[in-house]
Amino acid sequence: MEDISLHLLDLVQNSITAKATLIHISIREIPDKGQIWVEVQDNGTGMNSCQLQQVSDPFYTTRTTRRVGLGIPMFQASAEATGGSLHIESEPGKGTALRALFISSHIDCLPLGRLEDTLAALIFLNPDVDIVYVHEYCGRQFLMDTRQIREILGEVDIADPTVIQWIKEYIRNGLNEINGGA
Amino acid sequence: MKSLKELEEIKQRTLDSVNLRQDRTGGTRVVVGMGTCGIAAGARPVLLAFLEEIKKRNLGDVTVVQTGCIGVCRLEPMVEVTLPGEEKVTYVKMTADKVKRVVAEHVVNGQVVSEFTIGAAE
Repeated sequence: MEDISLHLLDLVQNSITAKATLIHISIREIPDKGQIWVEVQDNGTGMNSCQLQQVSDPFYTTRTTRRVGLGIPMFQASAEATGGSLHIESEPGKGTALRALFISSHIDCLPLGRLEDTLAALIFLNPDVDIVYVHEYCGRQFLMDTRQIREILGEVDIADPTVIQWIKEYIRNGLNEINGGA
Repeated sequence: MKSLKELEEIKQRTLDSVNLRQDRTGGTRVVVGMGTCGIAAGARPVLLAFLEEIKKRNLGDVTVVQTGCIGVCRLEPMVEVTLPGEEKVTYVKMTADKVKRVVAEHVVNGQVVSEFTIGAAE
C-alpha cells in the first residue's frame, strides 16, 4: 500500500465484512513525539482468541471467514517498518479494535494519503454503515459523523454523488483547518 | 470553511431534482473490485472517477457496487460493467482516465471499449 489512507480503506472493508454497523476511525498526529496513532474500532462479529492469534499470519486465509489475508499483515508491516506496532483486540459478538502506532520521523513511515478519498469511497460503497472519523493534530480535532450528516439529509441518500463530493471537501477543509492529514 | 449548512442546501437541491431521476433498479451496474489487491493496485481513484462521471453526466440509473478479490489480482483494478439486458463486460488494469472513456463510450453510448477488456489483456 502506498499510504496509510489506502490501508484504512482496506481495513475498514474487514469491519464491513464482519457485519459492522458502526465504525470508529481515529487518527491522532502527535508531531512533538513523532507519533501517528491509527485506530479502527467496529461493532462487527469479532474474532475468538484462536482467530485473533492467526490474523497476522498472511498464510492463514480461510475462505469461510474472509476476514484475513494480506490486509492486516501488510498494515502491521507498514507500522513495524517505522519502529511502531499493531495491537488487535477482539471479542466475538462485540467487535474488533485495531490500534497502530507509526513513528512519523522514520524514513519508512508512509504518508497519510488522501483520507478524504478513503472516507468518500467507504461512505459511497456502504451507505448503510455509520462511520465516525476523528482526526487530531497537536490536540486540535476534526470530527465527521455520518449519523449527524444523515440527520441533516433526511430522506436524501448519503451516497448521492453530490453529497459524497461535499463530504470529501468537508473532510479536506476540516483537516486543513487543524493542519492535519498532510 | 465548509459548513453543515451547505449540506442543507444540497439536500434541498437534491430533493428538487429527485423526481426527475429514473428508478435505479434495472439500470446499468458497475462492480469495482475492492479487495486488498484491488485497493493496492489503484481501485480507489477508479471508483471515485466513476462517481465523478456519474455526477457530471447526471447518470441517475447507474449503480456502483463493490466486490472483493475476484481471483485475477495481477489484472486489478478490475471493473465489471453490465448494461441492462446485456452480457457483463470485464475491464482490467483500470485507471481514472480509462473510466472516462468507459463511461462515455460504453455506459452512455453502448459501445464496449474492447481494448481495455480482459479479452484484450489475456
